[in-house]
Amino acid sequence: MIDDLNFPRVFAHIVATLTRILGPRHLSLAEEAAQDALVKALQLWPHQGAPANPSAWLIQVAKNRALDLLRRDQRLVELEPMHDRDGAAVAQTQAVAAGGARFAAADADPSADARLRGETPLPDDDQLAMMFLACHPMLPREARVALTLKTVCGFGVGEIARAFLAREEAISQRLVRAKRQLRDADVRFELTAADCAERLDSVLDVLYLLFNEGYTAHAGDQLVRSELCREAIRLGDLLAAAGARLCTIGGAAAVHALLALMHLQAARLPARVGDGDVLLRLAEQDRSLWDQASIARGLQHLDAAASGDTLTVYHLEAGIAACHAVAPRYDDTDWPRIADLYDSLIVMKPTPIVALNRAIALSRVHGPGAGLAAVEAIAGDAVLARYYLLHATMGELALETGARDRAADCFRAALECECSEPEHRFLERRLREARSTRS
Amino acid sequence: MPKYTLMLRENGTAFAGLSPADFQAIIQRYGAWRDELQRAGRFAGGHKLRDGDGRVMRRNSSKVVVTDGPFTEGKEVIGGLFVIEAASYDEAVQIANGCPHLDYGSIEVREIEVTRP
Repeated sequence: MIDDLNFPRVFAHIVATLTRILGPRHLSLAEEAAQDALVKALQLWPHQGAPANPSAWLIQVAKNRALDLLRRDQRLVELEPMHDRDGAAVAQTQAVAAGGARFAAADADPSADARLRGETPLPDDDQLAMMFLACHPMLPREARVALTLKTVCGFGVGEIARAFLAREEAISQRLVRAKRQLRDADVRFELTAADCAERLDSVLDVLYLLFNEGYTAHAGDQLVRSELCREAIRLGDLLAAAGARLCTIGGAAAVHALLALMHLQAARLPARVGDGDVLLRLAEQDRSLWDQASIARGLQHLDAAASGDTLTVYHLEAGIAACHAVAPRYDDTDWPRIADLYDSLIVMKPTPIVALNRAIALSRVHGPGAGLAAVEAIAGDAVLARYYLLHATMGELALETGARDRAADCFRAALECECSEPEHRFLERRLREARSTRS
Repeated sequence: MPKYTLMLRENGTAFAGLSPADFQAIIQRYGAWRDELQRAGRFAGGHKLRDGDGRVMRRNSSKVVVTDGPFTEGKEVIGGLFVIEAASYDEAVQIANGCPHLDYGSIEVREIEVTRP
């Protein structure tokens, strides 16, 4: 019974339910109550065994705890000798009364009761509303990410810090500030169509960032990172399932495009690392290891994304990923189509990284010389100059043109840049190979 | 076979840094630990003591003084106890060594003394 229980999900469920009942201004209290319920479980279950319905038990304990905490806060307000103390005390009393009434109402409502008893362990609407709250555009981008992980994915502060190579105190402060901002702005929990339309871009941006953070082979905790990819896809699925209830046709298309992109990228994960933990390039990967089920899901979402006339960066990036996914061999890749997609992408997303990838695509269509010229054209960019992939790409293209000394110089320059352990090993290997094939 | 109590000490801040996934991992290990003891017939019960309340009584010359306690800031208090059966202190310690409580608190192992005929 407890083995089926997913504590991070139950935590998120409790936080979302309590936040709906008490309002986003009590988000911290909802988290505290959820955390206390888990403490209680840890203290009690080992002695008495787990209750028959663990998730319902946890929710009930958290609800009781939330009322206790509200009453405690109320007492504090009453004791505090503040000049506006009467107003604050009244507001708090109302919150306690409203909290109690709303808990009672939730208990009386049979569907709510069934939900709380854990028949359907996750009320998706609460999860979605929580996601749109955590991704409120008034919050700084990193705060949205941290708050989503904390309240929607049930990550701990330490886990968030490990995923983003940040200090725990920095993450804690970010979360506290974000919750204060939501409270001060008196944001509602219930979503209107206007809220959805206004915040969807931010939600998708956060999901893509979570996925990329998990997908990118940096030095963060491996387990936490694969969890990031899974969570990004799970939340994307939740959005897609809500579909027309939440999103406009254009919004739904963007959701499908992002899901297509994530599934198509995730399909390559099993083939990305070779013997001795070295990163394998697209050309070197054993394509039989690519997850065909994930590719199929990606292509389905790409189809669904094509309904309507919306074109987002996710559409273009998923289109590129699909070209790779359906090519049986590297040499079969439809490079002219990929180059076309990059031509559109660089207009919508003119970043150095897109420019670099576009140069690689051009080199596949027009030869390494053309690619090298395209890379050189952007190499002056200050961000790119410190990016190992710029130098590594120039190294690869130089090798293909036969300029081995230059290639070796490029790989050496790449090794000077910041990169992860697998990336470092990869670059060292390419440097050795550039030297050994020198004629 | 002799019985031992494992007194589980913890302080109020022990859980502050734990994530939901940590709670899940510890509770699952607890389940496994308890199941194994029960299968081996070594588990002889356990109690969780309620947090936050308690009375400490002392006779002070002629009258008994009752104070709230034993909860004081930052101090480890007994939060619960298990009773196990073990052949010796060595074995009792070995059993307690697998107890997940050590992830966030300390354990005091004491043999329960019985009156022998």
